[in-house]
Amino acid sequence: MAQHGRSAAPASPCLAMDSDGDLQYDEDSADDDMVYDNDSGNESSGDEVDFDEHRPGPSTAHEVELAAEDAPFQVLSVQEIVDFMVVEINEVNEVAQLPRTTIRILLNHFNWDKEKLLERLYDTDQEQLFLEAHVVSPHITGTASQAPRVNSRVGAVPTEECEICLTVRPSAEMSGLACGHRFCAACWCEYLTTKVMDDGVGQTISCAAHGCDILVDDETVLRLVSEPRVLARYQHLITNSFVECNRYLCWCPTPDCGYALKVPNPDCRPVTCKCGHKFCFACREAWHDPVRCHLIKRWLKKCDDDSETFNWISANTKECPKCSVTIEKDGGCNHMVCKNQSCRADFCWVCLGSWEPHGSSWYSCNRYDEDEARAARDAQEKSRAVLNRYLFYCNRYMNHMQSLKFENKLYASVKEKMEEMQQHNMSWIEVQFLKKAVDILCSCRVTLMYTYVFAYYLRKNNQSAIFEVREPEGPGAMHLRCSQSIWSGTSLRRTWSTSNRKVQDKYRYCEGRRKALLEHVHEGYERDWWVYND
Amino acid sequence: MRRLQKELLNLTTDPPPGVTVDPEEIGDNLSEWTVSVAGPASSLYEGETFRLNFRFSQKYPFDSPEVVFMRPNIPVHPHIYSNGHICLSILTDDWSPALSVASVCLSITSMLSSCKDKKRPPDDAFYVKTCNKNPKKTRWWYHDDTV
Ligand SMILES: [Zn+2]
Ligand SMILES: [Zn+2]
Ligand SMILES: [Zn+2]
Ligand SMILES: [Zn+2]
Ligand SMILES: [Zn+2]
Ligand SMILES: [Zn+2]
Repeated sequence: MAQHGRSAAPASPCLAMDSDGDLQYDEDSADDDMVYDNDSGNESSGDEVDFDEHRPGPSTAHEVELAAEDAPFQVLSVQEIVDFMVVEINEVNEVAQLPRTTIRILLNHFNWDKEKLLERLYDTDQEQLFLEAHVVSPHITGTASQAPRVNSRVGAVPTEECEICLTVRPSAEMSGLACGHRFCAACWCEYLTTKVMDDGVGQTISCAAHGCDILVDDETVLRLVSEPRVLARYQHLITNSFVECNRYLCWCPTPDCGYALKVPNPDCRPVTCKCGHKFCFACREAWHDPVRCHLIKRWLKKCDDDSETFNWISANTKECPKCSVTIEKDGGCNHMVCKNQSCRADFCWVCLGSWEPHGSSWYSCNRYDEDEARAARDAQEKSRAVLNRYLFYCNRYMNHMQSLKFENKLYASVKEKMEEMQQHNMSWIEVQFLKKAVDILCSCRVTLMYTYVFAYYLRKNNQSAIFEVREPEGPGAMHLRCSQSIWSGTSLRRTWSTSNRKVQDKYRYCEGRRKALLEHVHEGYERDWWVYND
Repeated sequence: MRRLQKELLNLTTDPPPGVTVDPEEIGDNLSEWTVSVAGPASSLYEGETFRLNFRFSQKYPFDSPEVVFMRPNIPVHPHIYSNGHICLSILTDDWSPALSVASVCLSITSMLSSCKDKKRPPDDAFYVKTCNKNPKKTRWWYHDDTV
């Protein structure tokens, strides 16, 4: 073979590889139970546990994340979002000599894409641009379309009629946008309040005059509205549209979180919010490496549509051998009549053959091996195989998801162990390996969970072989090994120094396998190895 | 409600052509009006008289009024459903507090004037069966105004 180095057949990073071969699947699940039994006695479980509270100064924990996960991103509070918005406006203001209020509206019109706006400002007809963005061109001086109908006699206070309340007001109380439509302050205030509070419009409130689409700028709103409740909502609407329009920003999807994330490139990549939620910037789902966004969307939708019902269907129903309608067995006898009115086939629940030859043997079937029954069952099996394949992956995915929900419990009980160990002459730093182990356990779970999704959609080819899951050799065995190591480690308190090393060795091994798996999948993406099922 | 009083005064003293309102017919709180609109001269509706029902919320004029034609005489028109609902953008999306009962009546009159073919909207039967009683609850997509 002439090829050296990276050959077409990659080194298998198969997670199941276990040189000791000391664990079987059954043992693993028992071990898993042990972990949670251990927790159930802990009353503080379920609460969020803060490991940082004993931490002396800055973190000393070394990074284990993938390089890509370290790429810079920022978590912004609402105030920081507002500041960022101002920075963007100022940046445009420095180049384009336009009022800031106009720039805000223009930027919003271009979904806060500065480059696009600047390009348009220089390349094309500016007046057309202002028209499109619903602002009055700042180059037209003097009041535009409508001159205020001022009613002034010499010496008298000039007055105007407000078209909304139909009362005559001193001109000083009347105001409007550059379009020249003027209304009294009270009417403006009520108009803006209705728009903000009832219609939920912030960035795109238009002039109150009929048929005028000039947009109300933020300074005007701040000047005419004084109620804090309304201003707060306005501020919220403005920041919300800023975040939603901006390609480089997104809200954290955790309900009521309120932080936004900012990235230099809006690609599929992990970001971690201050609330702790780690998600994909591109699709907003929980971080799903190594699966790509479109497949995770498909998977989640499938799970949504199919969960529960699929399990039940598989156990309690069969398809009518004639019309394939799903049938539920609701009585004791084997004689089934299809509920589909246009079919009404009679068949036997056990052999799926037609009922007629069964005669009156209602409860026992002796025709199981007849050709007709066999053919009916073969057809059934084919459709079941598809379902079973899905169930196989889905169950494993769900199990990991379920286990992750116990993460807090696990952390709580590990925290207890750590405190215990600190009372036995170990320093804070020395016991951190335990938390680290749980961190790695969790990230392994997440990776495995999504690897099942990846494997489910993967079409069989030369490269896909390592993802063919064979229990007990499958990747599922890994995290269990990892957790067992942790627990045997903590129980061997007397010989802690050796178990410490052992636990660390184990988790480093697990983390190494996890990374290798991810790298392998990513390499496959780059080299076009993966082909998907439809 | 001060504004409604002024509108009523203006409408009785200086009504737009073809529009009449009988203050006797309007209750004291002014929240519901009946306005008569004559079919515009030299239109397909010349000689007919229609009655419009206006309902105003507390937030009027910041909230648009609810306007429907009243039975029995509902104009046969491509933007008017047989239950009296009117497909007219100023009654929902394009409402402005600077609009008034008079301007709504004028819009409706001009809608009648420009009609060239007396027929119901194509989705009339379906709409009437399924719509909310309040036309403002309908998510209208506005027909071409030139029809
Ligand atoms: Zn006013
Ligand atoms: Zn205007
Ligand atoms: Zn968050
Ligand atoms: Zn994604
Ligand atoms: Zn059937
Ligand atoms: Zn049988």
